[in-house]
Amino acid sequence: MQFGPIWRALMRNKTGAVLIALQMAVTMAIMVNAISIIQTRAESMSRPSGVNEVDTFYLSSIGFNDNFNEQVAVMEDLAALRAMPGVVNAVQTNSVPLSGGGWSMSLATEAGSDVDTTGTAIYFVDEHGIETYDLKLVAGENFAATDMTWRTPEDSTWPGTALITIELAKALFGDDNWQEAVGQTIYIEETQPMTVKGIVERMQAAWNGWDGVERTTLVPQNTAYGGSRYIIRAEPGQRDTLMPQVEEMLAASNRDRLIRGLNTMEETRERSYQGDSSMIKLLLFTIGLLLLVTALGIVGLASFSVSRRTKQIGTRRALGASKADIARYFLSENLLISGVGVVLGAGLTIGLNIWMVDAFDLDSMNALLIPMAMAVLLVVGQLAVLGPARRAASVPPAVATRTI
Amino acid sequence: MFNYYLKLGWLSIRTNPWLSLLMVAAIGTGIGACMTILTVNHAMSSNPIPQKSEVLFHVQLDSWEAGEPGPDGYNPPDQMTYRDAIALQEEAPAFRSVANNRSGLVLEPEGGDENPYTVDIRNTWADFFPMFDLPFLYGSGWDESADENREAVVVLSRELNDRVFGGENSVGRTVRMSGINFRVVGVIDEWLPVPKYYDVTNGAFNLPEEAFIPFTFAIEQDLPRNGNTNCWKPVDGEGRDAFLNSECAWIQFWAELRNEEEEAAYMSWLNAYVEEQKVLGRFPRPLNNRLNDVMEWMEDRQVVEDDAQVMLGLSFLFLVVCLLNTIGLLLAKFMRKTGDISVRRALGARRSDLFLQHMIEAGLIGLGGGVLGLGLTWLGLRGIEVLFGDFVEHLVHLDWQMMLTAIALAIVSALVAGLYPTWRAMQIMPASQLKTQ
Repeated sequence: MQFGPIWRALMRNKTGAVLIALQMAVTMAIMVNAISIIQTRAESMSRPSGVNEVDTFYLSSIGFNDNFNEQVAVMEDLAALRAMPGVVNAVQTNSVPLSGGGWSMSLATEAGSDVDTTGTAIYFVDEHGIETYDLKLVAGENFAATDMTWRTPEDSTWPGTALITIELAKALFGDDNWQEAVGQTIYIEETQPMTVKGIVERMQAAWNGWDGVERTTLVPQNTAYGGSRYIIRAEPGQRDTLMPQVEEMLAASNRDRLIRGLNTMEETRERSYQGDSSMIKLLLFTIGLLLLVTALGIVGLASFSVSRRTKQIGTRRALGASKADIARYFLSENLLISGVGVVLGAGLTIGLNIWMVDAFDLDSMNALLIPMAMAVLLVVGQLAVLGPARRAASVPPAVATRTI
Repeated sequence: MFNYYLKLGWLSIRTNPWLSLLMVAAIGTGIGACMTILTVNHAMSSNPIPQKSEVLFHVQLDSWEAGEPGPDGYNPPDQMTYRDAIALQEEAPAFRSVANNRSGLVLEPEGGDENPYTVDIRNTWADFFPMFDLPFLYGSGWDESADENREAVVVLSRELNDRVFGGENSVGRTVRMSGINFRVVGVIDEWLPVPKYYDVTNGAFNLPEEAFIPFTFAIEQDLPRNGNTNCWKPVDGEGRDAFLNSECAWIQFWAELRNEEEEAAYMSWLNAYVEEQKVLGRFPRPLNNRLNDVMEWMEDRQVVEDDAQVMLGLSFLFLVVCLLNTIGLLLAKFMRKTGDISVRRALGARRSDLFLQHMIEAGLIGLGGGVLGLGLTWLGLRGIEVLFGDFVEHLVHLDWQMMLTAIALAIVSALVAGLYPTWRAMQIMPASQLKTQ
């Protein structure tokens, strides 16, 4: 098929073609930028939290009257939880990865108020913390029972040891020296020293949007601030049967507190990324709808152009063009229009991306998306024009002899 | 003439029902997408207290550590330290002012049949209620004397009053929270400021608290604090008093200043206060106090999320695609009628007549698109609600204002889309089409 005559024919009546090309260009700009946003979101959602999310759940115990002795209650609760059949381990802690609420502090490698500090998330745990959260210890060793101290409103001294994540070790001691962090001293609240006892591979902070989300410190303390959170890891497959049992057991064992906020880690992840996953769905829906609108527009305009040219088509058929020739004409015409559209679209896409990166602090897109989107749109164009092209091919040669 | 053109338009729409339907669908989809996102943005950026937003000021003092200034200079913390909040509350020359913060207590129902449950609390001052225009169902806010005497009084939300007292007038009765008996002085009616402007730090689209108690009483009893707390300096010592004396910021501070003189006087008082504190060795940064009225503060805190703005931009581009689509289809439609148009021209219709006729036809299609778009907007909002959950539940509803906007936007879009095709139709020569017939 020769594009020359088709191009010249298009030039004689270009408005419709220009409109289709423009529509394709804008469609492409929206599509590529939306996909680029989707990719960023999906990437951040796929980061592992470092903890066992499948088998883990948590709840809070809040004392509400003067009879409640938290230090006693915590010890009793933990012993009872660990003795329950189906429980792998349990620990008192202050926060849960991705939950949105947590404790953060600044750490430094030297004491004093005028030194460089690194932000970190703090989790209070005991020697069962590693097993409960299912963390991977890559260097040094776990806490011992003798490392444990109590943290209360009257005494907020930090203990002498801590476990840190690889990311935090890198931030404190340099990317290449992180293994040497074990045994080193770090300072919290400017002057209080803690010795790094071990390094865990990964554990996310409570805030998924924080750029230091993997800079985490585990501190060997139990806390008595009136409200305790217990995190419980169940045997595989036991979580859902265990949850109501645990809630009931704790509520019955001590009447001076209330149990609330029973949640699984899986729900926590879902809630943490709800905005992102909703945005992904919304954008996918928008892209689908947009392609549909564009395709319908092509169908409409192509049908119009077929019905306008019925007589010419008949004449061509009478002069010996086959049905395939006629269909190919319309397919090629669409290919030309769409081709111009996607080239224009590439420019528009880049422009829109530059603006969005600038205005909303987004990551710039992957350039590979452009040729991919071009291919998709060319295929959509061809599919949309298929119907009208077949109708054109079925125009009988006899039409040429009629005067319309 | 208008009616006649309306009839002609309707006839023309019926001649090519599929093409017309396609156009209505295109405009409808575009309007639906735009209006859905626009409604969400509209709610996010709406003025939560239009009658007073210009006299209510969020107060910031820059008490933070010296450090290096950020790209746009030093930014004072959102919240205030206890020392500063009390100084401002007691001495600064404001018509009204309130230091307030978020808290939570455990409510123990009477009789003991029902389990205790936690209640969201705001610790605040007597002026909170008149200042933020809270509507009262029963009773009123507490007296200033309750602030001074640190009394255990409480104002309940309507929902909490329903839950505890079955909706009865509970003024004078007692609620037991965290082991303390609070006397109910008032019950507020439905009150849902969107955004929750008086504390955007702890969630701009959270629900208001369920109960309000005097700030002074909460401090005296050392009741728990639930809100965001930021410290740049370790707390010096242990216990409540050390915390209250620290550089930790955890209090929202608002002042009502009725005119520019009051505003200027207040600002100069703030500056003098900070200079005084500098002498005492506090406030290491340069003088940088801020007064933002409600809408300035919403802008400053970027209450409308980036996601919502990105979606708004994309949805307008979507409408552009739909309009390009409509222009093409309208052009196809008008060009198909060239015969009719030549005849009408030959019979004496002026170009302006043809212009009016075709614009009316485009407008009719726009009206159809608007109605369809409204339906789609409703669907879209339900979809957003399902997707985003509680966060937007009280955010998205279609009011008549948005409905009119939808219809108007649809008609205007269709008219704009109709301009070029109409112009082309006007160019058709009376004789050109007649010759071949």
